[in-house]
Amino acid sequence: MSAIHVTTKINGDVVDYVCEADETLLDVLRNRLGLTGAKEGCSTGDCGACSVTIDGRLTCSCLVLGAEADGREIGTIEGMAKGDELHPLQRKFLEHAALQCGICTPGILVAAKSLLEHNPKPTETEVRFGLAGNLCRCTGYDKIVRAVMDAAQEMRRA
Amino acid sequence: MRPFIFERATSPESAIAAFHADRATSFLAGGTTLLDLMKLDVVRPERVIDINALGANEIEISEDRLRLGASVRMADAEAQEELRRRVPMLTQSLALAASTQLRHMATLAGNVLQRTRCPYFRDVSWSACNKRLPGSGCAAMAGFNRQHAVLGASDACIATYPSDFAQALIALDATVDVVGRRGRRQLPFAKLHVPPGRTPEVETTLAPDELILGFEMPIEPWMSRSLYLKIRDRDSYEFALASAAVALEVDGGAVRQARIALGGVAAVPWRAREAEQALIGRVLDEASCQLAADIAFAKAQPREHNAYKPLLGRQTVARALLQAAAMEA
Repeated sequence: MSAIHVTTKINGDVVDYVCEADETLLDVLRNRLGLTGAKEGCSTGDCGACSVTIDGRLTCSCLVLGAEADGREIGTIEGMAKGDELHPLQRKFLEHAALQCGICTPGILVAAKSLLEHNPKPTETEVRFGLAGNLCRCTGYDKIVRAVMDAAQEMRRA
Repeated sequence: MRPFIFERATSPESAIAAFHADRATSFLAGGTTLLDLMKLDVVRPERVIDINALGANEIEISEDRLRLGASVRMADAEAQEELRRRVPMLTQSLALAASTQLRHMATLAGNVLQRTRCPYFRDVSWSACNKRLPGSGCAAMAGFNRQHAVLGASDACIATYPSDFAQALIALDATVDVVGRRGRRQLPFAKLHVPPGRTPEVETTLAPDELILGFEMPIEPWMSRSLYLKIRDRDSYEFALASAAVALEVDGGAVRQARIALGGVAAVPWRAREAEQALIGRVLDEASCQLAADIAFAKAQPREHNAYKPLLGRQTVARALLQAAAMEA
């Protein structure tokens, strides 16, 4: 198998990498680039723990080949905080204790950020439907939904 | 995943040229079905051709026609305000499917070509699956077949066809625009899929080198009176146990034209034409809608665990028709 050369932008920085055909974008992020925020849960697109954005679109990175990212812009959880300053969603997740084991949290934060970009004033139902592709087996979702609603309100005021 | 050769195509012509008949080749678009099934070892391509850059992203809406490019993502078609207003059944069938992530990834052509969710097909540790291993049998027959088809199935396969969007396409008399080595052709959407019969491994009439370029359909003013009703175990991110795509042309209280397609209950996209006929000239009320629903499931063949489906399906059809009848179109 011949290696594939890929040029992409990740969280605003140009990144070049070489990968095999059968490596997913998630594999590349975690194993080649050290960006281990995105998690491998199910590996079949069901759980959303691997959520990233590609050209601004919310995507399961486990169902995208690393080779497909050529010329695209990737956004990961590592790009969410500005230096030491947490994104309002990250802060609200801490305030509401909207996580327990934390495996699903990076994917949920990326998905919630994307949700609020499309819909800055979601209803609780819209948050629940919008985040349906992100499974959490600890919290029962209640605190997650509250944190997202609270963050949305704060972001609207800002 | 097993190793494979990766190639990129930037046009339909280059995608078809990259296709090698002698090596198992798959076209890769949204990847939500293909990479999933490659990881599960259900499909084993030796070559994968990335067709994400080949175009076919158009959404063209005129007064009386709609064209949707094959590569349009589900989320982008669903977000079209004009489509939501003029053919709500179409956008609802997309919005009610999958998750936000998957709707942003999956293409319309990939959606209609998605493989069944039959657990015996998706799990290679089951040795009997005629769709995966022709001639091996069907573990679902005597297995846990709660989700399986009651219409259009065969003794060789009772897998349910999973797409919601396909039900809107078949109800709208859509045409499929296809290109392959032998050139370009069009076929009715109703002729794209084939019932399992004795060869459940054959799912469509596409040649292996053929690509879908887009879908075209006539749209008429009355199609604003249409909807997609999906019944499932939970309210989001789940496949249908029963669903109905319905559109009604009503004139002076009586039905002039009806379209009914059924999801979650059949082996292929399913148009209930006899049920449609039964409504013509009738006033839409409990009795006429129930009659149409009964006709739609008259030939249903339930198995041990899906015996609830004909009743659930009839109730779904009747409710969808009554809801459409109550719409202000």
